[in-house]
Amino acid sequence: MAEAKTLRGGRAERPLSPHLQVYKPIINMVMSILHRITGAALYFGSALLAWWLVAAAAGPDYFAFVNGIMGSLIGRLILFGFTWALFLHALGGIRHFIWDTGKGYELSTVDRMCWTSLIASIVLTLLVWLLSGQFAATFAQAPLNYISAVG
Amino acid sequence: MNMRTPLKNARRLGSAKEGADHFWKQRVTAVANLILVVLVMWLVLSMAGSDHATVKTWFANPLVGIVFALLGISGAIHMRLGMQVIIEDYVHGEGVKVVSLMLNTFFAIFVGAAILFAVAKLSFGA
Ligand code: HEM
Repeated sequence: MAEAKTLRGGRAERPLSPHLQVYKPIINMVMSILHRITGAALYFGSALLAWWLVAAAAGPDYFAFVNGIMGSLIGRLILFGFTWALFLHALGGIRHFIWDTGKGYELSTVDRMCWTSLIASIVLTLLVWLLSGQFAATFAQAPLNYISAVG
Repeated sequence: MNMRTPLKNARRLGSAKEGADHFWKQRVTAVANLILVVLVMWLVLSMAGSDHATVKTWFANPLVGIVFALLGISGAIHMRLGMQVIIEDYVHGEGVKVVSLMLNTFFAIFVGAAILFAVAKLSFGA
């Protein structure tokens, strides 16, 4: 018998199915991956919520310290990303609930749901930050902070 | 053709020995998260930037503590299940996988416990 020893642990090389990079990205695939990435981001982001609550429980001094970090420009940028990840993931969850009922599998519907949730996540994130007055504070001041840091 | 014994079907546990349990818990906690995240986001936005004394007055209301605590529980279960799937998909070495799954459990429980502890302390007024 012919030797079929290869790099892959002595098993015969099998043809591999085409991997990710040969496909043109389309919205349903992008949103599927983003659901996983945002899930992982929220996983680590949950520590921020825990930290903020523990800080409040620890007392006024430590709470002020943590609030200072979270209210800094970097802190707010991270929280802005957190907000977006949360909305995108939550809306992705709703997409999954619809699919779980066995409906919404026509490709045109899938695409429409994916685009809707992507746009809605951006709109909701901006709304939350605009309404809380934090958007201007973060994004209008970022260039100003930069200029004053440089000059 | 169904090759399973009637008992096997009755138990509905399949080859993974846990049936649809993982899937179902992920969905139940997802629905819970959806409701709780809306409430918690509203609470956090109301409290954001406030000083310590103001935050304490929010937690004087039991409902505030309850909502945070419930998200702590539901969120910890949900994120542990979610990360478990991610690990099972990408980590293939048996040893690394077992360790990663364990660390996943520890992290989720730690975050959940920290939230519950902090909420209890804030709510019971210390
Ligand atoms: C806001 C409400 C939320 C909803 C409606 C929701 C919904 C879902 C659903 C339905 C899934 C399963 C997706 C699948 O079967 O492929 C999922 C996965 C996941 N979720 Fe959530 N979730 C929410 C919040 C969160 C939070 C707060 C976290 C983290 C702290 C989180 C972390 C994850 C992770 C890590 C996964 C695994 C992703 C994957 O397997 O690709 N989720 N979520």
